[in-house]
Amino acid sequence: METYSLLREFADSWMLLFLFTFFVGIVFWVMRPGSSKEHRDTANIPFRHEDKPAQTEEART
Amino acid sequence: MMNYIKLIALGLVTLFAMMAVNFARDLAYQVHAIIVMLVAGGMFLWTVRKTDEPVPASDAALHYNDGVVRAGVIATAFWGVVGFLVGTFIAFQLAFPQLNFEFLQGFGNFGRLRPLHTSAVIFAFGGNALIATSFYVVQRTSAARLWGGNLGWFVFWGYQLFIVLAATGYLLGSTQSKEYAEPEWHVDLWLTIVWVAYLAVFLGTIIKRKEPHIYVANWFYLSFIVTVAMLHVVNNLSIPVSIWGSRSVQVFAGVQDAMTQWWYGHNAVGFFLTAGFLGMMYYFVPKQAERPVYSYKLSIIHFWALIFLYIWAGPHHLHYTALPDWASTLGMVFSVVLWMPSWGGMINGLMTLSGAWDKLRTDPVLRMLVISVGFYGMSTFEGPMMSIRAVNSLSHYTDWTIGHVHSGALGWNGMITFGALYFLVPVLWKRERLYSLSLVSWHFWLATIGIVLYAASMWVTGIMEGLMWREVDANGFLVNSFADTVSAKFPMYVVRGLGGVMFLVGALIMCYNLWMTVKAAPAKEKSLATAVPAE
Repeated sequence: METYSLLREFADSWMLLFLFTFFVGIVFWVMRPGSSKEHRDTANIPFRHEDKPAQTEEART
Repeated sequence: MMNYIKLIALGLVTLFAMMAVNFARDLAYQVHAIIVMLVAGGMFLWTVRKTDEPVPASDAALHYNDGVVRAGVIATAFWGVVGFLVGTFIAFQLAFPQLNFEFLQGFGNFGRLRPLHTSAVIFAFGGNALIATSFYVVQRTSAARLWGGNLGWFVFWGYQLFIVLAATGYLLGSTQSKEYAEPEWHVDLWLTIVWVAYLAVFLGTIIKRKEPHIYVANWFYLSFIVTVAMLHVVNNLSIPVSIWGSRSVQVFAGVQDAMTQWWYGHNAVGFFLTAGFLGMMYYFVPKQAERPVYSYKLSIIHFWALIFLYIWAGPHHLHYTALPDWASTLGMVFSVVLWMPSWGGMINGLMTLSGAWDKLRTDPVLRMLVISVGFYGMSTFEGPMMSIRAVNSLSHYTDWTIGHVHSGALGWNGMITFGALYFLVPVLWKRERLYSLSLVSWHFWLATIGIVLYAASMWVTGIMEGLMWREVDANGFLVNSFADTVSAKFPMYVVRGLGGVMFLVGALIMCYNLWMTVKAAPAKEKSLATAVPAE
């Protein structure tokens, strides 16, 4: 089989399936139980460390 | 030791540029060689003077690198005015062809100035806004100083050099005739180097972050940097005719070349003008509204849906061409599906204000950010609609397309950048507030009415000329000649030009306001020195 047909066949079968599953997986991962607390914390990142960098690993001011 | 390596490299570059000035096969390449020679030679002298001098101890690690962001803010405002000015001028050139002055033939006519305008607003104004805000946002949301020391400054100045090379190249006729990718091979190579450094600085800062999670704005910025690198390299695969000249030959040919170009072109819109600016939205809208983004879950789904879909939408630029039907249908379907994540993001941005809508009455900066998200929603509805083949048969090659681009570029990219600049200048120069909020309101209304005039006149003229082109009489003959449509468009062209004037005046008011903020607004702290590294 020539390269084009081979790649084309792979692209619209296994690769398509992989990308689609990956995307659906992300939606489920985002909605997983317990994610809300973590997301609330992450969403507040812009309101921390406005003036200078954190000096230690877990420095939350 | 590092300085010696720099000196050798700069010396070799200067020498090469001197030879290039001598051997240059065309004027654009010769001018570029002179610019490179002067820049590299100047930097050589500057480095010589610093070499073996004692380096003062620095507490820079305790502070953010804001100097490069300040420079980026100035560059954004400057290139914005330049780009809007050229755009307004060429709008009037279309209405009044006498403005293609005889003494400027070959340099200042519409064909030479048009790419200067598009690149100035997209890459110079938009690009500087993206680099400056991404450096600002990635430091704050990672709680870490910019990685790579002075590499951030290299990115800034390297990018300005790219802009100057591209702009002079357009005027002198160095172009590979690919829309939004006009610069020739030697300028492309330089941009690639700068872009790799940009990626390194951004990624390096994320890697050394102190926050456990990567804030969503950084995901959008990162996808913009990575994708633009990929698009730029693939679309600019070409072989130079000579190392001493700017001409090159594309590696792809025919419909493959066209498809690669519009895969690049549409994703330049998708990742440069959308993903990167969404990064700005996800930081500056919450900051200005003083509340976290409406739904963080939605923002993650927004991100993945957007980057999974955008990359396929390019073929809608090539309906009714040699491109196979399946490819153009694929592009059309993905463009329509793309409407969903776009509006998901718009809703996420707007709903961030829920419970704080009253701020719109008192805060013109927030109003600017919100209307930009509104224009984003409008143009991401218009775009999918225009990508449908039947609609495209009417809209393609007409001014409707230009109107669509400008409602997105002026409304979404322009307004959100203005909002970000109004946010950043008082923070970066440590002022208590902006110089004048009523001037911000003036800017807001001038820009908004300017965009409305622009978009409305282009809808009218675009649909009119589309209908005139396809009008046939009872015997099947075309009713109108091309020149008939051109003369019918005259009044709309004047209205469009006036819209451009209003947008430009708004931007000038912004520059005055920002300048006075730095000069005259009450200072928060005595000096900038606390956060300024050696500049």
